[in-house]
Amino acid sequence: MSRARLFVLRLAVSAMVVTLLGRLWFLQVVSGERYVQAAADVRIRSVTLPAVRGPILDVAGRPLVTNRTRPVVTVDAVELAHQPDGGREVLTRLGKALGRSYRQIAEKVRSCGPSVPRPCWPGSPYEPIPVAEALSVPAALQISERQQDFPGVRTELRPVRAHPAGASAAHTLGYVQGTEGRDGLEGGYDRELAGRAGRRDVAVDNTGRVTRTVTEVPPVPGNTLVTSIDSRIQAIAERALGRGLRATGGTSGAAVVLESGTGRVVALAGRPSYDPGVWTDGVTAAEYRALPLLSQAVQGEWAPGSTWKVASVAAAASAGYALGATYDCPAGYPIGGRTFGNFGDADLGRMTMHGALVRSCDTIFYRLADQLWQRRSNVPQETARGFGFGVPTGVDLPGEAAGAVPDARSKKAHWRATRAESCRRAVKGYPELADRARAAYLTTIAGENCRGGGAWRGGDAANFSIGQGGVLVTPLQLARAYAAVANGGTLHSPRVGLRVVRPDGTTARAITPPVAGRLPASPETLRFIRQALAQVPREGTAAGAFEGFPFGKIAVAGKTGTAESFGHRDTSWFASFAPDPAYTVVVVLSQGGRGAEGAAPAAREVWEGVLGLRERR
Amino acid sequence: MITMSGRRPLVWAPSLGPPDRVLTLLALALSGTGLLLVWSATRMEGDHGLLVRQAVSAGAGLVLMWLVSRVDLRVLRAYVPLAYVLALLSLAGVLSPLGVRVNGAHSWIVLAPGVQFQPSEFAKVALALAFAVPLGELLDGRRRPGFGGVLLALVLAAVPIALIGLQPDLGTMVVFAAMVAGALLVSGAPKRWLLVLALGAAGAAVAAWRFGLVRPYQVQRLLVLADPGADPGGVGYNSAQARIAIGSGGLYGKGLFNGEQTAGHFVPEQHTDFIFTVAGEELGFAGAALIVLAVFALLWRGLSIARRSASPYGTVLAGSLVSWLACQTFMNVGMTLGLVPVVGVPLPFVSYGGSATVAGLLAVGLLQAVHRTKAMQP
Repeated sequence: MSRARLFVLRLAVSAMVVTLLGRLWFLQVVSGERYVQAAADVRIRSVTLPAVRGPILDVAGRPLVTNRTRPVVTVDAVELAHQPDGGREVLTRLGKALGRSYRQIAEKVRSCGPSVPRPCWPGSPYEPIPVAEALSVPAALQISERQQDFPGVRTELRPVRAHPAGASAAHTLGYVQGTEGRDGLEGGYDRELAGRAGRRDVAVDNTGRVTRTVTEVPPVPGNTLVTSIDSRIQAIAERALGRGLRATGGTSGAAVVLESGTGRVVALAGRPSYDPGVWTDGVTAAEYRALPLLSQAVQGEWAPGSTWKVASVAAAASAGYALGATYDCPAGYPIGGRTFGNFGDADLGRMTMHGALVRSCDTIFYRLADQLWQRRSNVPQETARGFGFGVPTGVDLPGEAAGAVPDARSKKAHWRATRAESCRRAVKGYPELADRARAAYLTTIAGENCRGGGAWRGGDAANFSIGQGGVLVTPLQLARAYAAVANGGTLHSPRVGLRVVRPDGTTARAITPPVAGRLPASPETLRFIRQALAQVPREGTAAGAFEGFPFGKIAVAGKTGTAESFGHRDTSWFASFAPDPAYTVVVVLSQGGRGAEGAAPAAREVWEGVLGLRERR
Repeated sequence: MITMSGRRPLVWAPSLGPPDRVLTLLALALSGTGLLLVWSATRMEGDHGLLVRQAVSAGAGLVLMWLVSRVDLRVLRAYVPLAYVLALLSLAGVLSPLGVRVNGAHSWIVLAPGVQFQPSEFAKVALALAFAVPLGELLDGRRRPGFGGVLLALVLAAVPIALIGLQPDLGTMVVFAAMVAGALLVSGAPKRWLLVLALGAAGAAVAAWRFGLVRPYQVQRLLVLADPGADPGGVGYNSAQARIAIGSGGLYGKGLFNGEQTAGHFVPEQHTDFIFTVAGEELGFAGAALIVLAVFALLWRGLSIARRSASPYGTVLAGSLVSWLACQTFMNVGMTLGLVPVVGVPLPFVSYGGSATVAGLLAVGLLQAVHRTKAMQP
């Protein structure tokens, strides 16, 4: 063989070796780290170890939400997959034991994927998959005792949320879906209640079988949330609200009890409500849609009616009107060619602002509103915002509504946004409405709004002054405004949570309701308002409801409100407070009629309940 | 191959020179490494059945290597036609009902349950021996093969290549082609013929591609090479897992029997065609490079043997044997490293597989025979 040809071959072999070694160096040394990670990704599977969720307690440590254990049948999908028939026989047998078909069980076990229809298992196949949750203990024992018939099937006790007080405060407490707190305190304090899930990293082989545990981080149990809720007062409020709705035929409502001086929430009731126990066994889509999940106390918005007048009085004082001066309270007051009447069109004669609050005169406020409107004053709106209306209170519950404080700008914006629809309706009318009179009325309004409008008129200002005309408040907003009136003007951002306690009993953090602002009213104005409101249940609009009430024991002051709701019965309000115990109690009954007849008796029931508790002690 | 073992005293040639001890040591070292890696790759199986089988194969291969290394080439030459015909018959046999399909190719013959062999491995030996006849047995006074010799060699190669193509076994076809090229190169065939043949081969490859003679799975394997993410469920998975296992070994590896990817069997065929991934993961760059360098040293010595051979026949035989081992090593290691499409060829001496192990050691034995056969004394 010639030297040249040998050289060619040696060169070829050398080139080959250099190529392989170069590539080997690149893979193992240059990018080795990356492949170490990739290898771990291939080999290591993480299993979540759920943490026990912390309980929620009331102010005295009574449980509102706790955990209880109950038997759950779970399936190890990997182990089933390794059985010769893919686990079909075992699941069929399991189905028989649970009274279900193989299909029903298999659907729960299959892993979710792009082409897999629900139901399916959304978690890791390395975690035990629950196939039967609402299980009786005997049924669970039957399966656990015949382990040899059910390879890959386990029964274990799993913690689920328990609600010792039943349906009480369902919205405030919220619920847990999977391991995630949703709504209410469960949602708002989810991070603290949830604890930290642990993690077990297991090594698996190419078929997914677990070969060993690599590392294990144990779960950290969640913290306990102590709330300022007094479960006894909560129960009283629930009962009063329920009775009030039944008595008036109201459709929904709320009752709020706050500590006036601190802004802490003592009770928060809302109707319609539901039993939070429904979440434990899982709800179907249809059941979910039917659940009344809206928390009326923080998410319900209604026109406040005359309860709003505390803000209007403060606005009058700010605008320079003397509260002690006498004003005429005629049966009606004309604005822009239309007469705005008193409730029941009664002429109440001359009175001070004190009388206007006690007897709930409307025409005095119409006149003031008209005069302020003519001065282009925005003192009413500014005062209302200063009372905390139109913005969320910042309570520690998710999904809170903001209410509405309408003004010239918002009216214009709304008019612009709806003008096209108004013009369409002006031509087409409302053929879908069965009530022809209502349809005709709406068509007329639509016509007016199409031709022009959007201007803030004297009538708007008048309606605004008595808590109508687009004014909306949530029960909690009204309660904190009244609490501020009661406490001398400090507006709090209410808190349900009192402190977060670690599992070892030490306090992780104390929760203080932050101060959101000061009422735009002088101490004298507030004292004036308090004195007026003190007369309301004694001799004013709520005197009937509070007849025989032991004012000597609890000096309840309050204000009725009856808000018109177009097409519905009136919204019934009563907002009240007392110096001792320094609580603020607000009750609203939607479609509950007059404030004095619906909400005021319910509020009285709450106060009497509070008194009863105090006297029992 | 039994026919070539030659136990009769007649074949014991007294004129043999001393063996190349380095060559023997390299073959022993690679076989030993192979046994360790097969052990590691199959350690999770529960029993040592595969390891024992491989040990038996390696033992048999080493005995055959020793026997063949003691045979004078001229004696061996007498059995070449028989070996060639047997190779052709067995290659045809795999296509008959005797053959067994493994991984999509008919490449096995089952003699009895559990006793099976891969004719294509032994065909490599037979082909190396057969080529060398027309290319190395030159007429008096010639220094290089004539046109007739080259043509005959090509014909001798074409028949087994065609039979392999019917299995189909693309990897082995490429190895055969490399052997033909290596043999022609060292035989001294004129450069222009080599050029014409190279162009012809390239043309055939293009034609095969253009006229759809390449099977879809082969196209897929090429695509996977260009884009490792393609076909994650199929051959891309294999390729990606191989690279992960090797890459995670780092500079010094995780230690023999400590490879986690190996333990988890993430690389399919990790004891056979992908045995190099076990070396890469457990022995790291240091160990894997040492294996490549050991093969390199073996090839280098093989080329020296080809150069120094007393006869042109020995030169051509050694040249085609070296080409075989070089091509197969490059394809196998290159495939695990993602340099070459995934083709099923074993790593010589190291991969699990009786036929391949025995054939590889036989090749070393033949190299020794070339080395030890002295020139005819006048």
